[in-house]
Amino acid sequence: MKKARVLDVKDLSVHFRVDTGSMFRHDYHTIRAVDRVSLRVHSGETLGIVGESGCGKSTLARAILGLIRPTGGKVLWLGEDLTRLDAESLRKKRRELQLIFQDPSGSLDPRMTAGQIIAEPLRIFHPSMARVQIRERVQGMMKLVGLLTDQINRYPHEFSGGQCQRIGIARALVLNPRLVVCDEPVSALDVSIQAQIVNLLRDLQKKLQLSLIFIAHDLSIVRHVSDRVLVMYMGRVMEVADRNSIYHRPAHPYTQALIESVPIPDPVRERARQQRMLTSEMPSPINPPSGCVFRTRCPYAIDACAVSEPKLEKDEHGNRVACIRAGEWRQEAEKAAADAEDGPAAETDPQEPGGS
Amino acid sequence: MALLEVRGLNVSFDTPEGVVHAVNGIDFDLEPGQTLGIVGESGSGKTQTALAIMGLLAENGQAAGSVNFRGQELLGMSAQELSRVRGSKISMIFQDPVSSLNPYMSVGDQLVEVLTHHRNLKRREARERAVEMLRLVRINDPQQRMRQYPHELSGGMCQRIMIAMGLLCQPDLLIADEPTTALDVTVQSQINSLMAELGEKSSTAILLITHDLGVVAGLCDKVLVMYAGEIMESADVHRLFADPRHPYTEGLLRSVPRLDQDQMMNLNTIPGNPPNLLEIPEGCTFSSRCKYAWERCAEKPALELVDDDEEAGRRYKRCHLEELPE
Amino acid sequence: MISWHLKNRASLAALVVLVGMVVMVIFGPMISQWDHEIPDWDHYSIPPSLETDHWFGTDALGRDLYVRTMVGGRISLLVGLVATLVSLVIGVTYGAVAGYFGGRLDNLMMRAVDVIYALPFMFLVILLMVVFGRNIFLIFVAIGAINWLDMARIVRGQTMSLKNKEFMEAARACGATERQVIIRHVVPNLLGVVVVYVTLTIPQVILVESFLSFLGLGVQEPLTSWGALVNEGAQELETAPWSLLFPASFLAITLFAFNFLGDGLRDALDPKDR
Repeated sequence: MKKARVLDVKDLSVHFRVDTGSMFRHDYHTIRAVDRVSLRVHSGETLGIVGESGCGKSTLARAILGLIRPTGGKVLWLGEDLTRLDAESLRKKRRELQLIFQDPSGSLDPRMTAGQIIAEPLRIFHPSMARVQIRERVQGMMKLVGLLTDQINRYPHEFSGGQCQRIGIARALVLNPRLVVCDEPVSALDVSIQAQIVNLLRDLQKKLQLSLIFIAHDLSIVRHVSDRVLVMYMGRVMEVADRNSIYHRPAHPYTQALIESVPIPDPVRERARQQRMLTSEMPSPINPPSGCVFRTRCPYAIDACAVSEPKLEKDEHGNRVACIRAGEWRQEAEKAAADAEDGPAAETDPQEPGGS
Repeated sequence: MALLEVRGLNVSFDTPEGVVHAVNGIDFDLEPGQTLGIVGESGSGKTQTALAIMGLLAENGQAAGSVNFRGQELLGMSAQELSRVRGSKISMIFQDPVSSLNPYMSVGDQLVEVLTHHRNLKRREARERAVEMLRLVRINDPQQRMRQYPHELSGGMCQRIMIAMGLLCQPDLLIADEPTTALDVTVQSQINSLMAELGEKSSTAILLITHDLGVVAGLCDKVLVMYAGEIMESADVHRLFADPRHPYTEGLLRSVPRLDQDQMMNLNTIPGNPPNLLEIPEGCTFSSRCKYAWERCAEKPALELVDDDEEAGRRYKRCHLEELPE
Repeated sequence: MISWHLKNRASLAALVVLVGMVVMVIFGPMISQWDHEIPDWDHYSIPPSLETDHWFGTDALGRDLYVRTMVGGRISLLVGLVATLVSLVIGVTYGAVAGYFGGRLDNLMMRAVDVIYALPFMFLVILLMVVFGRNIFLIFVAIGAINWLDMARIVRGQTMSLKNKEFMEAARACGATERQVIIRHVVPNLLGVVVVYVTLTIPQVILVESFLSFLGLGVQEPLTSWGALVNEGAQELETAPWSLLFPASFLAITLFAFNFLGDGLRDALDPKDR
C-alpha cells in the first residue's frame, strides 16, 4: 500500500552570508547551511534526519516550516508551494505544520503557566473561542500527553525536563496539525525520560495519524522511531534509505562511520567491535572541500571525489546515495578488515588528513 | 591499599527551600590503574560526588564522611594543601571543554602554566613536555596548536587539550565528568578510544562520570549505579550489563534504544520522575518508580553484598528482591 | 539562606519607608502652621525646637525647615518620577524596536544614541538654562533626555537576548504575529529588568537634580528641593548644622530605600521565586 505524499521538498537551499573580516575590513562568505536538499514525507510516516551538529538539520527543519526563508527550492505541502506564500498565508499554514524543540524549558515562556502555553495556539487561531472551551481542550491535551490536569497553573520551572517536553508536545498538537517536526526532542533529557518521550511521540502518531520529521544526532534513536532515515553532512544529503537498509546496508561511507561511532551498551560487543572511526573533524563550512564534502574525512576517497559533487542516486537496494564509489568502497573495507585480521597485529593508525 | 577510599560520603546543600541531600552515604574504592564508572541520571549525585572529592563543592555545599586518597584524608584539608593535591595528584576534566579553558590565554601558555606551577619546571622544559603530551592525545601539529586560542579550536580538540592538561602532571587519579556529552558522536568515539587507551597504558586511575551506558560499556572496569544520591548497585562491568540485579539498572539498560534492534517496538520506560532531593521518600528511594515494588519496599533496603567472586570482585545491590522477576 | 530572608525583609522595609516618605511630603506641610516661603520674623536660624513649632529649626531667612524639607521632597520626588517616566517611555520603545528588528535599523538607532551620549550633559543643561531661563520643566526634559539613553541600551540588549530564546521562535512557530509575539512574550519578559532599572534611575535622577541645585542651576527660589536645601545647609554648616542634617538625611534615606526596593522587586517579579 502506497501512502499519500504530504510533503515534497525539492532542491531546498538556505545560504547565509557571514562576515569573517576584522574590525576594519569586511570579508563576506556564503555558508551553504542547506544545499539542494530534496525529501518526501508520506502520510502517517516518520522520516528521521540524522547528522552531527552543524550539518544543517535544524536549519532544514525551519526552512521547511517557513521560519527561515529559503534561498532556493520548493516546499510542496499537499501540493502547494509554501515558499511562494506571503507571510500571512504562511502563518495560517502553521495550524497544519508544527515544531517541537530541543530545549524543553527554553522553548516555554518562563512567565506563562502550562495552561497558558498550551492554550496559546488556540488563542491565536481561534480568538473567539470561549474560555471554558479552551480550558477543556487544554486539559484534554494535558491528559493526552500524560500531564496531570491540576498542574495547569504551574510555571515551567516547576516541571522537570521531561514534563516540560510534554507541555511542548501538547502545544504543538493542540491545533491538530498533520505534520510535526521534532528538532532533537530528547537529546536534552535523561535516558529514562528519553524513552518515555519517544514512546509518547509514537503513540500520539498512531492515535492522531501524524506525519513526523524526527531530527537527532543519535542514530540509534532516529533508527528506533523512523520508517526512513536521511543522513545529512555539511548541508547536503548523503543518503536516504529505510530503517533497515540504513543499518544493514549503509551505502555511504559517512553512514557507516556514524554507525560505527555509536557506543553499544554491551561491554563484550562494544570492546570487540572494530573501530575504523573518523579521525579528523568536520571542515569549516566557510570553506568546504571541492567535490564531495565528505572526502576529507572519508577513508575511501580517491582523486575523482574532488572533481564534482556527487548526485543522489538510487542503488540496487533502493538506498538513495550521494557517493561516486557507492558500489566499491564496501569491498575495499572488507578487504582491509580481512588483511587486518590476517596480518600481524599491526597497529592501524590511519593518517590524519589535514586536521580541522 | 586502594588509591582512593570513599566512606560514608554525604553531600548536602543549604538552599532557600531547605536542605538538599545530594549524596547520601556512599562508599567505594578505586585501585590504581582502574577505571570506575559512576552512572546515573541528572540529580543522582554523581557530579557532586566528584566535586566533593576534589573539594570543589559550591559555597553552600557541605561534605561529610571520609575521602582517603593515598592515605591522606581530603575532606577537611586546608584550601592550600588541597590545591597542591589537585592538579598534581588528582585532575579533573569537565563536560564543557571550551568554557573550561581560559579564552584569553593561548593553549600552550595554559599547558605550560600547569607545569611551571605544579612541577616547578623551566618554561622550556615545560613547553617540550606539553608538546609531547599533545602528541599523546593525538593532536597533530602540536607546535601550531600551542600558539592557538581556545575559540580557534573545535570542541573535540579542546577536550583533547583538557585531557592533555589533566595528564600533564602524571596524576594518580583523573576524574572525568561527562567528558563526551557535549561532543558529536564521531568525535565522542575518538575521545572514548583515547580514554580507553589511557586506561590501558598508564597507571592513572579514572573516575568516569556519565549517563551514557554505551560509554561505560566501552571504558569502565567497575560501575556504580547511583540514584537519588545513593548507590543502587555496584559491580564489575561485564556482570552488570549481562545480569543486572537492581530494577533501576535493569530499567536503565532497557530504556536505551539499541542501534542493532530491527523491530520497531516501544521502549521500556521507567515511569515517573526522579525524586525531589528536598524530601527524599521513606523506604527505598526508587520504589515509587519501580515496577516490582512490594510491601517490604516501605522499609529502606541496605546496600548488601550479593556476590564475592575472585575474578570479578565484590558485587553489591540495594534491593529487597533476591532476584529480578523475568 | 539567611541573606535571602534579609534581602526580602529589607526591600519590604524599603517599600514602607518610601510610601511613608511620599505621604509625608504630600501631607506633611499641612500639619505645620508655617509656610515654605514666608519667614518667621521672630526666629532666624534657630535650632529645632518644639515650643516654636519649628521642628527642624529655621534657616538664615527665618523660613521653617520642616515645611521646606517636605516641599523640597515634593520637587525632588516629582523630578525623579517624571524624568524616569519620560526616560522609561522613550527608552523602552526605542530600545525594544531597535533590539527586536535589529539589522540596519538597530545600527542607525544605536549610533544616534552614541551621538547624543557624546554631548556633554552639564554643558547642555547650562546652555538650556541660559537660553530659556531656569525652569523646573526644563530640568525634567534635560534629565529625561539623558536617562533614556541608558534605558534604551539596556532594553535593546535584553530584547536581543530574548529574541534568540527558543520560546520566541516557538511562539512564531505556533503562528503568532509579530505584534502578538511582542505583546505576549517580549514585554512581560522585559518587565523585571525595566522595573529594577527604574528603581535605580529614580534615585539617580534625584541625585542629578540635587547636583544641579547644588550648583545653583536647579529649582528657583522660593521653591526648593532637597538638593537646593543641602546646598544652603552646607553653607551654614558651622553655624546651623541642622539645616544640612535634615534635608541630607531625607535625601539619603530615600536613595537608600529605592536601591533596596529594586533588589526585592526583581526577585518578586521572577516567577522562579514565587
